[in-house]
Amino acid sequence: MDSNLIWVLIGCALIGAGASIVGTFSYLRKEALVGDAIAHALLPGVALAFLLTEEKKLYVLFPGAIIAGLVSMWSIQMIKKYSKIKSDTAIALVLSVFFAAGVVLLTHIQQGDFGNQSGLDAFLFGKAASMLPRDIYLFVSVDLIIVGLVALFYPYLKLYAFDQEFAESSGLPIRLLRFGLSVLTVLAIASGIQAVGVVLMAALIITPAATARFLSARMHHMLAIAVVIGVLSAIIGVYISYLTPSMPTGPWIVVVLSFFALSTFAFAPKKGIVHRHFRRIAHQRKIMDENVVKHLYHMSGSEKGIGLGVLSAERQWGGKQLEGAIKRLVSGGLIFTNQGHVGLTDDGQREGARIVRLHRLWELYLSERMNIAEDHVHQDAEAIEHIITPELEQALLKELDYPEMDPHSSEIPGVKEMKSYES
Amino acid sequence: MSPDFWIVITGILVAVNCGLLGVFLVLRKSAMVGDAISHAVLPGIVIAYLLTDSRSSIWMMLGAAVFGIITTFFIEFLHRKARVQSDASIGVTFTWLFAIGVILVSLFSGNVDIDQECVLYGDIAYVPFDLFFLGENSLGPAPVWMGSINMLVIALVVALGYRGLFLTSFDTGYASSIGLNTGAWNYLLMGAVSLTVVLSFNSVGAILVVAFLVVPPATAYLISKRLETMIASTVVLGTLSAVGGYLLADLWSASISASMAVFSGIFFALVFGYSLVGKKLRKRVHLSES
Repeated sequence: MDSNLIWVLIGCALIGAGASIVGTFSYLRKEALVGDAIAHALLPGVALAFLLTEEKKLYVLFPGAIIAGLVSMWSIQMIKKYSKIKSDTAIALVLSVFFAAGVVLLTHIQQGDFGNQSGLDAFLFGKAASMLPRDIYLFVSVDLIIVGLVALFYPYLKLYAFDQEFAESSGLPIRLLRFGLSVLTVLAIASGIQAVGVVLMAALIITPAATARFLSARMHHMLAIAVVIGVLSAIIGVYISYLTPSMPTGPWIVVVLSFFALSTFAFAPKKGIVHRHFRRIAHQRKIMDENVVKHLYHMSGSEKGIGLGVLSAERQWGGKQLEGAIKRLVSGGLIFTNQGHVGLTDDGQREGARIVRLHRLWELYLSERMNIAEDHVHQDAEAIEHIITPELEQALLKELDYPEMDPHSSEIPGVKEMKSYES
Repeated sequence: MSPDFWIVITGILVAVNCGLLGVFLVLRKSAMVGDAISHAVLPGIVIAYLLTDSRSSIWMMLGAAVFGIITTFFIEFLHRKARVQSDASIGVTFTWLFAIGVILVSLFSGNVDIDQECVLYGDIAYVPFDLFFLGENSLGPAPVWMGSINMLVIALVVALGYRGLFLTSFDTGYASSIGLNTGAWNYLLMGAVSLTVVLSFNSVGAILVVAFLVVPPATAYLISKRLETMIASTVVLGTLSAVGGYLLADLWSASISASMAVFSGIFFALVFGYSLVGKKLRKRVHLSES
């Protein structure tokens, strides 16, 4: 491995780490796209710094970029605060006007009589392939500042990021916190942008945080996950672009980053699309099964059970849907099938009684405690009977003092037994 | 005609085309979707180029329009189905597609005559030399023709779809309750935005398209209370920005299209500043009266 590759690997990993940390805060503040605006808004700062000093050393251009970044953030704040313009328009407006101003200055410089202006725009469009130890010093210092300040003020920043109003009411210096975070964000972007370019810097701010949010809701977990994803993508991206010559580094980092993000959106436990899809199906099945048992409970009487055709016709259940439910219920031991007839087993009888009990308890609760008319309570109970837990059932029984009749004067099954069991 | 004339005309066409659509983007709080589309059409343009092996605008337009719709769909999908926070779903989508576009460009840069910069910065200064020929006769610059056709399409979309765009922009709930398909109207608007973006690329570049999409409508939004007034002031502001920007560029020997965008920013700053001062004065009068 050549030594330049190692410098680029380390450099991009450092950029990824810093951007992921500040990005987590801007994500939680719902300001993810402000990072994109800042990245574009640095250009006029860089160009002005050059115009004023005719130097293109980093220590001249960098402060110029920082000031432009802060001014752009401040402009977005002012527009949002003092006009009816919404956040998205304010961001797009500042982004494009600042960038245009930068292009005007840059073209003015290029037309004018400035000797060594070439490569000025490289500051904004990324040249990761040529990273020097000097650049690494900058990245390390920026990361140290970010990590140090975030660690020092962590509890306050956390409160501010999650709930600004509460933070304000508990007396935290909101303006100071906002300013501090702005400075850190601009620092991270201004230092990283010369390596990965404008658009791709925005990805390093937004994507790791959005991914981390899918995996945890806790601030310190989110920060850790975001940093790991940011750093890992940077390293893999750099390596891919190293393996294939003439491949740009920044875009590959973003592609790897997006791959992590999209697969997390799809497959994350709990919040992922696939997981939620299956959970919804499982829930729909449970409702279907319980409805079949309840229906059979109401129809019970004949030993032979009732015909499948009758069952599907009465409730207009589709054939496949009903077939699946019956298969599951038979294997669960709740119903039996006999020559095209189905009936409840003893376990099934108890289960049916339980569901009907929940239904009628809820109807009673609604009409007695919520003063809802008796003919309006059925629909609501139809839905809630599948959700009430045993604990909630106990609480309802106690609250209603073990009632035996529902509002429609039907018996609530099983309450007598439960009452005697209880006392 | 002098070249300068064509440059200003093209600038006005781009500013008005973008502004007409931008009005609805600003009202729908989708300004950043415009920004996202202007970046995310890059792979569409490259793929269209690779498939047809021509720089013919028709194919590139088609590729860009398809990717504009894909971008809109993807942002909606991430937000609704995956429940990604809406600003992050925009950010993830356009950076991803743009990165793929850049990779495609560099993959085929050996045999392809387009680069990242030609997409990101067009140059309006070359407009007069990009002539459109019919047989032997030159019919004036091609971008002017394209812009005019574009304007016709947008005018048709806005005029015929006025009620739908109006209702779905101001009150989605009401719009869908009277049976309007809010999703379809959204895709129609974003499709028109994608077309306009790619048509304007050649002359002004991606980021300045965003300026023309957002800045004149935002300025008009500050001074108008009705949609008709907002559209009219957007057209006027866009035209003035194009003319003023041209003069500024001449004075400063700087990029013409960027100067036009800066000029629209100056208009915004003036109107915004005026409204701030006005508010303060009214407050003072109000205080002294009471």
